[in-house]
Amino acid sequence: VLSLTVQPRCKIIRFILIQNRAGKTRLAKWYMQFDDDEKQKLIEEVHAVVTVRDAKHTNFVEFRNFKIIYRRYAGLYFCICVDVTDNNLAYLEAIHNFVEVLNEYFHNVCELDLVFNFYKVYTVVDEMFLAGEIRETSQTKVLKQLLMLQSLE
Amino acid sequence: MPAVSKGDGMRGLAVFISDIRNCKSKEAEIKRINKELANIRSKFKGDKALDGYSKKKYVCKLLFIFLLGHDIDFGHMEAVNLLSSNKYTEKQIGYLFISVLVNSNSELIRLINNAIKNDLSSRNPTFMCLALHCIANVGSREMAEAFAGEIPRILVAGDTMDSVKQSAALCLLRLYKTSPDLVLMGEWTSRVVHLLNDQHMGVVTAAISLITCLSQKNPDEFKTCVSLAVSRLSRIVSSASTDLQDYTYYFVPAPWLSCKLLRLLQCYPPPEDGAVKGRLVECLETILNKAQEPPKSKKVQHSNAKNAILFEAISLIIHYDSEPNLLVRACNQLGQFLQHRETNLRYLALESMCTLASSEFSHEAVKTHIETVINALKTERDVSVRQRAADLLYAMCDRSNAKQIVAEMLSYLETADYSIREEMVLKVAILAEKYAVDYSWYVDTILNLIRIAGDYVSEEVWYRVIQIVINRDDVQGYAAKTVFEALQAPACHENMVKVGGYILGEFGNLIAGDPRSSPLVQFNLLHSKFHLCSVPTRALLLSAYIKFINLFPETKSTIQEVLRSDSQIRNSDVELQQRAVEYLKLSSIASTDVLATVLEEMPPFPERESSILAKLKKKKGPGAVSVNELEEGKREGGELNGGGERGGDSSAISTPSPSADLLGLRAGPPVTAAAPSAGSLLVDVFSEAGVNDDVPFLAVPACLSASHTLLSLALRFVCKNNGVLFENQLLQIGIKSEYRQNLGRMYLFYGNKTSVQFVTFTTTLNVQAKPVEPLIEGGAQVQQVINIECLTDFSDAPLLNIKFRYGGALQNLTLKLPVTINKFFQPTEMASHDFFQRWKQLSLPQQEAQKIFKANHAMDTEVLKAKLLGLGMALLENVDPNPENFVCAGVIQTKAQQVGSLLRLEPNAQAQMYRLTVRSSKDTVSKRLCELLAEQF
Repeated sequence: VLSLTVQPRCKIIRFILIQNRAGKTRLAKWYMQFDDDEKQKLIEEVHAVVTVRDAKHTNFVEFRNFKIIYRRYAGLYFCICVDVTDNNLAYLEAIHNFVEVLNEYFHNVCELDLVFNFYKVYTVVDEMFLAGEIRETSQTKVLKQLLMLQSLE
Repeated sequence: MPAVSKGDGMRGLAVFISDIRNCKSKEAEIKRINKELANIRSKFKGDKALDGYSKKKYVCKLLFIFLLGHDIDFGHMEAVNLLSSNKYTEKQIGYLFISVLVNSNSELIRLINNAIKNDLSSRNPTFMCLALHCIANVGSREMAEAFAGEIPRILVAGDTMDSVKQSAALCLLRLYKTSPDLVLMGEWTSRVVHLLNDQHMGVVTAAISLITCLSQKNPDEFKTCVSLAVSRLSRIVSSASTDLQDYTYYFVPAPWLSCKLLRLLQCYPPPEDGAVKGRLVECLETILNKAQEPPKSKKVQHSNAKNAILFEAISLIIHYDSEPNLLVRACNQLGQFLQHRETNLRYLALESMCTLASSEFSHEAVKTHIETVINALKTERDVSVRQRAADLLYAMCDRSNAKQIVAEMLSYLETADYSIREEMVLKVAILAEKYAVDYSWYVDTILNLIRIAGDYVSEEVWYRVIQIVINRDDVQGYAAKTVFEALQAPACHENMVKVGGYILGEFGNLIAGDPRSSPLVQFNLLHSKFHLCSVPTRALLLSAYIKFINLFPETKSTIQEVLRSDSQIRNSDVELQQRAVEYLKLSSIASTDVLATVLEEMPPFPERESSILAKLKKKKGPGAVSVNELEEGKREGGELNGGGERGGDSSAISTPSPSADLLGLRAGPPVTAAAPSAGSLLVDVFSEAGVNDDVPFLAVPACLSASHTLLSLALRFVCKNNGVLFENQLLQIGIKSEYRQNLGRMYLFYGNKTSVQFVTFTTTLNVQAKPVEPLIEGGAQVQQVINIECLTDFSDAPLLNIKFRYGGALQNLTLKLPVTINKFFQPTEMASHDFFQRWKQLSLPQQEAQKIFKANHAMDTEVLKAKLLGLGMALLENVDPNPENFVCAGVIQTKAQQVGSLLRLEPNAQAQMYRLTVRSSKDTVSKRLCELLAEQF
């Protein structure tokens, strides 16, 4: 049995996943220790849970003892796993905020950008989310920082 | 803005990724990867030193291969080398490789700590952030050991860049979660709290997560954050939609920060300071008002951000549960959302209303939405929304609407999703029982339940209906009639046959007067179902048959014939065969009297917790998981509330009765070794009786947050053993204790004063403890027993730390257990002569302790006597020449030694003063007794 809890009990994002419809992972960011098998299992479960839902469904799914807040953009699912008592809409918009930053940074982001620039996507994530918490929400500030980093050798 | 081109900077990487993408098969991909791995390995092993760029490129390729799901067993050293590069892009790839792969190779951490240390002290904000992010991503104990001291310094230093502060705050949070013992805020606390005032909103956004986490652990140390959070929130809420520029999201000012602030406030009770409270209420009202304003944008992002704040504000209102006006307004707002076109909002409104339903202030307001919720149950497309509607109906159910709600749930069951049927059945069964005014309605409901969803009716449900019918003679005739009718259906569920068999076997006589349900008709009806049933049901039916023989002698021959048939008496199933043989024999040889005695009507079942409720708790509640996993208490407030009427729910836990054998010390496991931190008191807590003696003790590290400690309360118990130890709005802790010689037993009663469950209820003693029942229903009480042995004299009482979740908020409280040295007194009677002789023997200066103090209470002789008796010593009459004075004698029993003690209390009524003198054979005891007693008079 996988235990998704941490001590002491502070709520954090457990993981962020970006997957395409076929279930290929485009980003996996883990905020808890999982071994590789657990990660693979979680990835498959999330895919199974999320892809069967349609636009009439909510953007929230119960997942084990947690919930997945997700949003679909074209063929990509952006999923955040949080505590059941966490604020659904705040995380839903955190996803969108993140997507808008990616879109700006990669100029109309598409799935391939995430594939070829996977190492940069991690940088974007770390600017906006750290240690399972929201770190920065201002798109202007994040983009300014990313462009500054981009200019470095 | 320059677009980022594909794989810019590393052409080789882009080519490799393209190659992989072009592979037609898994085999081709593996082939290509192996080729690349061989290439990289040769480069790394080659004689030529690689330049930074090539190293970065190859490490990045390795990372890509790893992310595709292949093992990587080399390249770590090259990645570590990249950390010491002066170039950002090279450093970044090095750190990334380590952050992603570190799970599989923790040896790496030791190698990189030096590089991290250099970057942290580099004064280059970019490098500092990279290092901090790496620590935050890995968060290992080794890293905490190395950096937990340094990071708070970076966080509060005046010259630290804002972005570095953000990272430092969250980095510290991560380390605190991995190794709370290593992150000592102490001197930094106040400066960290004041980050809530920081000009940079990003710094506040990051720091508040840290503060929230820390204040859950040490609420008192961080409580100044409340007023700071309120004023910050107030500034955001009252700002115009564009004031906050970068932090305005679709015309909503700082939505995430607002949510985090509201969440931080949920760690605390309502502010005591009137001005702060007023300001906060104003904020909450403004948020509710804004929900009514026309949207500033049609975009869903706008309304989502706005509503994120609204829902968080409602959570805070529910958490406080003290502002009726706000609660009702919240409820009305949610009521509007119930009909919103956005599925998300309908879902969230149902969910949030579920907690509102359990507040006495808003329960009625919630009930007004019943029709909408019923409609949601019938029409929502998303099963999770229907599930929430069912939860809400359950939560809003009371005596006034129970019939309607149960009827709706029953009709929903006919088409309900398979995934939620079992839970629905349990809920219907519970509501039907809880709100049954007339039990015929209850019986009808349960039989309907079996008819509609027989497959999902668990044993608990049909056992329960039988228990109730047996215990209530006013419903037995009706039950017999109803099951008889239900069994007429050509196809009826096996569970119906079970209930029918049992009830007719017991009470078939009550309807036998009607020729349409004469004994033989009843029997034939039951027996017509026999062959379609499983073995356990057939066994039950056989028992019903023999009961028939007793109830209706006229059926004897028919039934004996059935029992005698080969299919019974030679049944291949041993149980059935045995029953047939035995029942046949019994009916043939026993006299009518014997038969009547053996087959007498079942006696009433002892009243106990509904097994159904227990099952639902198990299904839904955190009680189903081990204490360590309790975090996931699901929708705490919504489930199983309204326990007020069922105060006895938890009493089913078999605990030793406090009155019977209070000092049954033999029941306790032998207490021998003392924990080093235990001082001289050895305390052993066991959660409940019936715990195996061989269950190992759970050693709990000292958990002494002196912050929230209520020490003075314990002094009230110096002269008495029973009473209320602690009480606030949520919780009452009662205590009952008894002592004999150096042993004692203490019963703690934890009473939930609310109507909502406490989940993840844990208690920790700073000595040794076993867990208490982790869940306390609303209105219920659980009990904990503590066995105490006094090894030697002591002055510090053990601390008891209590934690639980109430409506999502963590409550933390530390109490001093009222165990004081005088509890181990044996009274000693002696004559005047003996007293003064011993008094003189104890004449060393350190053996005496004396205090002169002002009276705190009226100097009433009887009260004083009672207190001194409560102290545990013998109160000696006619000893002191001055009749106004009191003298006492006793021996303190510890395992190590006995300490004789004498006491003299001299009241001076005129001056309203006392002089207290204690002499004992041990100086520490004299001193301690004197301290304890000086507070009592």
